[in-house]
Order: sequence, then C-alpha cells, then structure tokens
Amino acid sequence: MGKKMQISLTVNGEVHDILAEPRELLIHTLRERLGITGPHIGCETSHCGACTVDMNGKSVKACTLFVAQADGAEITTIEGLGAPDALHALQRSFREHHGLQCGYCTPGMITRAHRLLQEIPNPTEEEVRFGMAGNLCRCTGYQNIVKSILAAAAELNAKEAAE
Amino acid sequence: MIPSAFEYHRPGDLASAIGILTEYGDEARVIAGGHSLIPMMKLRMAQIGHLVDLQNLDELKGIRVTGSAITIGALVTQAELIAHDGLATAAPILREAALQIADPQVRYMGTVGGNVANGDPGNDMPGLMQCLNARFTLVGPDGSRDVAARDFYHSAYMTERSDDEILTQITFAPPAGGFAYEKQKRKIGDYATAAAAVQLTKSGGTVAGASIAMTNLSDTPVWSEAAGAALVGSTCGAEAVMQSVAAMLGDIDPQQDNRGPIDFKRHVAGVILARAIARAWSRA
Repeated sequence: MGKKMQISLTVNGEVHDILAEPRELLIHTLRERLGITGPHIGCETSHCGACTVDMNGKSVKACTLFVAQADGAEITTIEGLGAPDALHALQRSFREHHGLQCGYCTPGMITRAHRLLQEIPNPTEEEVRFGMAGNLCRCTGYQNIVKSILAAAAELNAKEAAE
Repeated sequence: MIPSAFEYHRPGDLASAIGILTEYGDEARVIAGGHSLIPMMKLRMAQIGHLVDLQNLDELKGIRVTGSAITIGALVTQAELIAHDGLATAAPILREAALQIADPQVRYMGTVGGNVANGDPGNDMPGLMQCLNARFTLVGPDGSRDVAARDFYHSAYMTERSDDEILTQITFAPPAGGFAYEKQKRKIGDYATAAAAVQLTKSGGTVAGASIAMTNLSDTPVWSEAAGAALVGSTCGAEAVMQSVAAMLGDIDPQQDNRGPIDFKRHVAGVILARAIARAWSRA
C-alpha cells in the first residue's frame, strides 16, 4: 500500500474531501468511492472516451488521470448536466434523434459534446465529427450522434437568441 | 489497471521540482499531461517511486511570439497551442501538426514539452522541432543549458536530458516560406505510420532552402540534410522530389511492427514525403 493523501474534489458543485492513494484513477474515485456511475469504464486505455468528464473546463478521460492530479479540481459529470426530470438539451436531443442504442458510450459522448458546444456554439458537421473523435460508439455508426449534437446546438442557440 | 504505488509531489516552482529530482534520483519522474507516462504506469512498464507533478509551475506555461523568436513553455498543451492565433500566424506548421495528434481529450492534457522530452519515436513534435531547428532548454541543479532538437535524441526514450533535469521551454526562429505536416495513421489517435514535416523557401521560382524531418521511421526522429539539399536550386519538379525521397529513404531505418512490414513503411514514407513537399511548395 502506498501512502494516502488528503484530496479535495468538487464534483457537480459538491465538495468531497477524501483520503486516497495518489495512484487511484479518477474514474475509480468517481464510480466506486463517490457512487457517481455516469462516467463509464470502457477500454480503460484512453481510447474510447466512455469515462469522459469535464475537469476545469476541459474534456478529460478519467481513466488516464490520477486522483492526486485532480486535487483541487472542479469536475462535471453527466449527472451534473441534467436530471431525469430536467434533461439537458443534449440529453433530450440524443433521445429525440436516436443518438444511442446500448447507451454505454452516451454519458461520455454527451459530456464531451457539452464542452464542444461551449467552445464552438454553432459547429459544422465536420467540426462535430472532429471534436467528437475521442469518443467511440460501437452501435450507432455515429450518424445519429452527430445529428443529435447539431440539433442540440440549434436548440441552445435559438434559446440564447430568444433571451 | 492499477499502477504500482508512488509518492506524489506537486511543487510550486521549478527550483523545488529540481530539488525533489535531485533528492530522489532515478526513483523520481516528472509528469505533465501524463498521457504517455500514465498508460505505461498502468501497464506497470514504468514503476516510479516519486511522481513530480509540474502542473503548478507557472514559469513553464505560455507562448511568446516575437519577430525574431518563438518560445513555447513546456507545459503548453496541444489544445492551447492549436488555439493560439499569434502562433498559428507565425508558425502555422505547429497547428497543422498538433491537430493530427491523438484526439480532443488527449490534446487538452498532452503537453508540447512532454511530447518532445519523452523520446518516443512515435511522438510528432520531435521531428517537427528538428525541422524548425528548435532548441530545448534544460534546467537542472547546475543551471540551465540549451540543446538543439537535432542533437537531443539518442535512441528510443534515450535523450540528452539527464534524470535531474527538466525540459522547460522550446525556442525557434519564426519559419519562413511554405510548410506542411503530413501524417499517415491507421485511425484517429494513432501514432504515425509515417509523418513528414517540411518547410520550404522560394526565390525566383526555385527552392532557396528546405528543411525536412520524418517521424516514427527510426528509433529517433530523422532530420535529413540530404533530403532538403536535393530540393535546393530546383523548381521542385518530379525529378527533384524523387531525389529528395531517395535521400530520406537512405536515412530512415523503420522496423516491422503492427503498423506494417519494413517495405510497406518505406513505401508510405516516400508517398507521405512527396505529398508534404508538394503541399509546402504550393504554399511557398
């Protein structure tokens, strides 16, 4: 066993003070210690993006980050974007446009898409495909994922224009 | 995939970081974005007693562009590099190359300093920095020294940097003329089967200067003086390009792996280099 250290994480607005070995991977902290199971473990080798969370305004793969590196960080997971009775525009759009089949990649897809739309609010299809290249889906063939993100972007832009 | 245990350090300045490296010697390793090191640690191919996280070292951050020199701090991420418009104007080859590295999530974390310091023959920035004739600044307990990118790489993962030194920044003169970074990879996120960095200058319809380096075709990046010289004075026609490719093929030493057999890699190297030269010339 390695020496444990005091680590503070803000996840979805809630502060968590934990005692953990620095080698613990952030995805394990989130899922097993904090019970935040939206981010999934797919490949565990930084390829698939199922574990994508937002950390300090960046999309990161939580399987390729030691919890010690995240000490002091602000993290948002799919749970922080929407709730079952108050879905985020991206969640509604994925449902509407059939942007998922088995759903395993979906939390990572939506969390990544959320950051992409912060950076490029009105993306082209090519920008969506390039910006989502770190997330793999084995079911949909991506067509409907791209469609869902473009539709959510249009909805969010229309809402902003109305405000 | 749990790595072996380590003690974690997050120093607040460069002097403290070097102090930790000096204290623990080869038991200590620095980590920046970690997207090369953490996978190796998870596979237990790297076991590290003391991990020194550089994230709070503000002196290693930032991009400075002047008329005579471009300086990139070691902790600048690929995403920050891509987003920097001043850099994209002064040295557009960097953005073109960085957009072909890994995927968005990895580019938010992966740093330019880590990419050049790691010594992985698959990393894209080492060849590019050789093409640009960049210098790397290394700071250790005995002070600071600059090493040319073209002298930095000894063999795979073996570089001029010693264990108690930290690569702090990369400096090069703003490149002139046309440029291209051309990369063949099996899929998004893959390392290159072959990649070429080319800078060409043009004068009176002929090539005035050429700098050419290739990636992942040897155990170090390959800057080929002969491949550049083959183009100088020519109109960059088919014959000159063929001679440049032949010169490069004489300098590379690819090995068979899951990206293909040696003959295939040599073929791809030629195709990629010819494309890169053509695109650089069209922009010169």
